[in-house]
Amino acid sequence: MGFFVDVLLSGVTQGMVFAAIALGLVLISRATGVINFGQGAMGMFTTFLAYSLLEQGIGYWPAFVAALAIGFVFGALVERTLMRPLLGTSPLNPVIVTIGLLVVLEGVAGSIWGNTARKFPAGFSQRGLVIGTTRVAFSPFDVFIVAAVLVLVTAIVVLFRWTDVGLRMRAAAFSPEVARLLGVRVSRLFILGWALACGAGSLAALLVAPLSSFSPYYMDLNLIYGFVAAVLGGLVSPLGALLGGLVTGLAISFAGGYIGSDVEPMAALVLLLIVLMARPQGLFGGTMARRV
Amino acid sequence: MTSTAPPPVGDLSPAPSPLHRLARSAERVHLPPQPLVRNLIFFVFGCAFFYVLTVSVSAYNDFQIGQIALYAVVLAGLSLLTGLNGQFSLGHGAFMIIGAYALALLQVHSPMNLALELVLATAVAAVAGVVVGVPAARLSPPYLAGVTLLLALGLPQLSAQYGSVFGGEQGLTTTPPIAPGSISSEQWLAWIEVLCALVVILLLANLVRSRFGRNFRAVRDDEVAAAVAGIHVARTKVLAFAISAGCAGLGGALLALSTGVVNVGEFPLSLSIALLAAMVLGGAGSLVGIWWGAIALVYMPTWSTSLSKQLSLGTSASAYLSDAIFGVVLIAVILVAPTGIQGGVRWLLRRLWVAITGRGSAGAAGARAGPLGPGSGAGSAPGAGPLAAAEVAASGDGVPPAVGGGPRTTRVPDDRRPGTGTPAADVAETRQGGERS
Repeated sequence: MGFFVDVLLSGVTQGMVFAAIALGLVLISRATGVINFGQGAMGMFTTFLAYSLLEQGIGYWPAFVAALAIGFVFGALVERTLMRPLLGTSPLNPVIVTIGLLVVLEGVAGSIWGNTARKFPAGFSQRGLVIGTTRVAFSPFDVFIVAAVLVLVTAIVVLFRWTDVGLRMRAAAFSPEVARLLGVRVSRLFILGWALACGAGSLAALLVAPLSSFSPYYMDLNLIYGFVAAVLGGLVSPLGALLGGLVTGLAISFAGGYIGSDVEPMAALVLLLIVLMARPQGLFGGTMARRV
Repeated sequence: MTSTAPPPVGDLSPAPSPLHRLARSAERVHLPPQPLVRNLIFFVFGCAFFYVLTVSVSAYNDFQIGQIALYAVVLAGLSLLTGLNGQFSLGHGAFMIIGAYALALLQVHSPMNLALELVLATAVAAVAGVVVGVPAARLSPPYLAGVTLLLALGLPQLSAQYGSVFGGEQGLTTTPPIAPGSISSEQWLAWIEVLCALVVILLLANLVRSRFGRNFRAVRDDEVAAAVAGIHVARTKVLAFAISAGCAGLGGALLALSTGVVNVGEFPLSLSIALLAAMVLGGAGSLVGIWWGAIALVYMPTWSTSLSKQLSLGTSASAYLSDAIFGVVLIAVILVAPTGIQGGVRWLLRRLWVAITGRGSAGAAGARAGPLGPGSGAGSAPGAGPLAAAEVAASGDGVPPAVGGGPRTTRVPDDRRPGTGTPAADVAETRQGGERS
């Protein structure tokens, strides 16, 4: 029983991280139809920058906030320099460029920091909480992960639903031409979307780094789990991303706990294929947003 | 990469120069109209070219030629998938693993004729392609990319989980083919690999000109129009993906043969991405362009090692540098020259042709279109007959003419040879824009 609870709890923690990554993917995908495969690597890069700041003697929280800000600016820069020229060309092109970004960032990070596995410090204790008499696999830092992601999702939902900027972002995503005719600065909102998405990706990378060691490639699998979560959630709504993240986290945690950690990616693949076969619009998505 | 329509200079041109007359006489050489016969002619030229090349270089270079040929097999499949069908895969390294392990397991458990083993390894990878492609093909391209990325990351770990079957970290060994007579083993291996590559390209070049090839293009350009024209969209996409996966499997099996061991460490995610970059670099959809990509794949480690020495980065950085270079290439090609090297070569040859003969071809307009997916690829035959011949001769690798990925014409070319258009292709070609998202 204890093992079951531990697997469940670690699934929830992982699921929250995947939800943050999925949220970043959803923000970009629904605005521009691009899946940003470079998001994990961008988060990895900002985490390495935060690590360098920590080594300079700057405290954990300033480094944390700085990394989020860097991720935000980084996302805006990528949209402006790499994505903007590709607007209106074949939809494959921007996706391929994000893959190029993934390899470049990993290559640059590897050249600078090497492939040694490092330990990123956590903001809170990573010893499991004691409930009753047993120690469960849920630490104060895990509580922070869950809280941070919930705050992020709530903030995004509030932004989209109850603010003017959010309304414009939804309009720009729904129909760029009409939104532009109505006076919405669509290109600025795309920049904002990318910035928010990459901020979310950086948050996910910073949260997941202390859970195990980190190296230039540590976000590859996390990104793809985030992708699975986003597809499960239907690739349209922040709440879908959250639920998709939880389902993915639990599935992976149980596959890893009861079969072996090496089958985790294949478990995610099987989950993804089953969902794509049975409900292509995602478990929590409504109608499939597929423009023709 | 912007080309403007050449000014009409026909009647104003001075007396024909010798070069001009040569070009005119080249124009009179008519290639047979049947694609199969034409492609067979190029196939024979290719065999002759590689035979001369392999016997005249050292054993190490023979090994490298073999490597280039096996990567050309993989890239041919990938190029077909992206350039002709508008899908793309981040997991062709995984299909190479499947082909390589299928060959090794066959050799361990029931050794048979090498050709049969290669065919079976190809078939196993193609079936795996169907399994992955069926769910993903119903959706837009990024889904397939995500699914295949997951496959490329997850499949290598299975060999650790089921070490008793797959040999774990050490992997499996393969038995290299025994060279007959006095031929060196490297040369024999290179011949096998080159023959496989040329056969695959011959088959694909015919496929491209067949009903299936037209269906691929129609689905790429507009799924709805293709469906209206009676094409089964999902089946077409899965077929393209399975063929592409089969090519990757054959390439993986050849790699296993040439290195003697199969080990998942040889197929990291970065290989899958390097394959994509090499395909884009050569020019998506071009069966000539894949050779540029294959050469880049084989020589990139050498180049990046020497580059990291020049930058004094240390030995461990060179592997990262090679990955980073492929990433930069991927971004730069898409942003700057979306038709890849072969697009540039084709443009140069067309300019040369125009300069020599003073006549343009209708396909010269609008070279700055996207290379990939809708709004890309040559919906028409790239260039007229003699031009295609000149292109093949000049690129020096003697394979059939490019099959797509060429500069997209901005209108339906009116010099399209009769018989190449079908209702399906016409439906697709009348809608030129890349509006689908």
